[in-house]
Amino acid sequence: MRETEIAVVGGGAAGMAAAIEAAKTGARVTLIDENERPGGQLFKQIHKFFGSGVHRAGRRGIQIGQELLEEAQNAGVEIRLNTAVYGLFSDHCLGLICGDHTEELQAKVIILATGANENPLAFPGWTLPGVMGAGAAQTLINIHRTLPGSRILMVGAGNVGLIVSYQLLQAGAEVMAIIEGLPYISGYGVHASKVRRAGVPILTSHTILKAEGKEQVERAIIAKVDERWYPIAGTEQILEVDTICFAVGLSPLAELAWMAGCRFTYIPQMGGWIPIHDGNMQSTDPMIYVAGDLAGVEEASTAMEEGRLAGLAAAGALGGLSLEEGEEKKAEVRERLAMLRVGSFGEGRASAKDQIIRARNQV
Amino acid sequence: MKMKTDKKGLKATGVPSKEELEASPGYPHQEALDRGPIVVIECIQDIPCNPCEPACPSGAIFVGNPITNLPVFFPDKCDGCGRCIPLCPGQAIFRVDMTYSKENATVSFPYEFLPLPQKGDRVKGVNRAGEVLCNAEVLRVQNPKGFDHTAVITIVVPKDLAMEVRTIKRLKFSKGN
Amino acid sequence: MRRIEDHPILGKSERGRKVTLFFDGQLIEALEGEPVATALMAAGHRVLRYTHQHLEPRGIFCALGRCTDCMMIVDGQPNVRTCITPVRDGMTVETQRGQGQRRDQQPLRGGMD
Repeated sequence: MRETEIAVVGGGAAGMAAAIEAAKTGARVTLIDENERPGGQLFKQIHKFFGSGVHRAGRRGIQIGQELLEEAQNAGVEIRLNTAVYGLFSDHCLGLICGDHTEELQAKVIILATGANENPLAFPGWTLPGVMGAGAAQTLINIHRTLPGSRILMVGAGNVGLIVSYQLLQAGAEVMAIIEGLPYISGYGVHASKVRRAGVPILTSHTILKAEGKEQVERAIIAKVDERWYPIAGTEQILEVDTICFAVGLSPLAELAWMAGCRFTYIPQMGGWIPIHDGNMQSTDPMIYVAGDLAGVEEASTAMEEGRLAGLAAAGALGGLSLEEGEEKKAEVRERLAMLRVGSFGEGRASAKDQIIRARNQV
Repeated sequence: MKMKTDKKGLKATGVPSKEELEASPGYPHQEALDRGPIVVIECIQDIPCNPCEPACPSGAIFVGNPITNLPVFFPDKCDGCGRCIPLCPGQAIFRVDMTYSKENATVSFPYEFLPLPQKGDRVKGVNRAGEVLCNAEVLRVQNPKGFDHTAVITIVVPKDLAMEVRTIKRLKFSKGN
Repeated sequence: MRRIEDHPILGKSERGRKVTLFFDGQLIEALEGEPVATALMAAGHRVLRYTHQHLEPRGIFCALGRCTDCMMIVDGQPNVRTCITPVRDGMTVETQRGQGQRRDQQPLRGGMD
């Protein structure tokens, strides 16, 4: 049985930020990630981020990922890669598996930053090779430098659908259309404008009826929908595509929090079942903190700030930070978080987060 | 900016309407456009974002707090240097020079595709909906390291299309990629 | 389904050395360290396995080792998630039909009769 002070599960934006903040206070921090390198979604984000200077606006996700990695290494974080955490047991012991070798890790405090999973979209033909998540396509083009196909249909006009469509164009594919069931585009207008200027049609109030092909995708049948999202007969269109990507939302990867007995609340806007946490990112189990998309699907910038909050709170719980210093630093992070949760895109998330914190305080 | 859900405009189509653009504080009016090269900011949603503000060396762009404020543009302070163009993460800033010649204007825009055109190339000027409006000549392609892979291309277009053309039709590689 | 040699943001491809893998007996060129599934995709092969009951074709779906649609027989071992398994020179990769069996075991029985 190995031991550490703070175990951070998940080395994406939130996990790395948490590990760095905690390690800077002198705590012994172990960051565990199942991939061969940390960074989570950051290394797929080749676009420039929004926000302000303090949020590293204008920098591409890949650069921010690299910077966080270097900061984590310099701060002395112990980084375990190719290692999955398969269990979080009742004595707060973590079960790790690396290759075919398992071990146990006992931490004083655990920070879960396991991110979120792409929602699938089921329709006739959805299992054909060539149907994949938008995130999957993004991994293929930006990490593995391989095109998934050449004529793509994107289902979903939220930020992921819009951004990945743009990145597919940059990679050399043709995006034949983006379809969206809502009568409007839920992603940022500027992302939509980029692909419209590039000649990609965005068909709102449309859905996919089926994918067809002998052994792989050869075409898609789409149709217009009414306000109840029922397809309207006679509006069917055939799109000759070889790849269909879906971008229909994300759901927190919360298995470890469930296992540990953390309490949850259901907030559709943030991805579904969210582990209840307070303003310090502490779950209903005082030894377990949560941060990033696991704590509610938002963005990379909010994930980093929540990670910092969790790292500071965890370090404070171990006495590595005086109460005063901890509160001061956390206040700065909360201010930066608040800056991101405003406006018509952000205020819904702000009230959802308030709802989560209220639920925690009632437990 | 109120979010509309009728079939026109940015929220419904991804293409901002003329009305939406002209109502925004980032859009210069005709007198400013006629004076010389000037920047056109087409940012009309309240996204938390402000890199345009520190980008301008002349203080012509103001966002303030909260950072969801739409950028306010002061045309009198703008000399059309275009430093803001590659720095906008939303690629929503352009530059127009109505004084280029008697018949023509120039339009500068951010561009992140390959292949990049070269000075002198004949290309197709395209509007916000991706529709080809005219032929155009490439006047300048700027892609220094400091732009972090967002090139800025300047093309020559007929004057009456200068507020419509916002990019070019993407070029094909001459050989397979 | 081809490689992205040059990219406006990522620049020119700096990949590992070329290696060879055998896919259903065919020689496929791959790049050392890349996932098996992307090497196959770059070579034009998107069908990776057939399901147990209805022999339906499956290929990359999540690309991060979670969904198991990419499972193939790699060096004789079935149920290998090829989207996260790095290529090695001389590897053998076979289309998996059904649940797969190890060479040293009896074939697994299952499915509808």
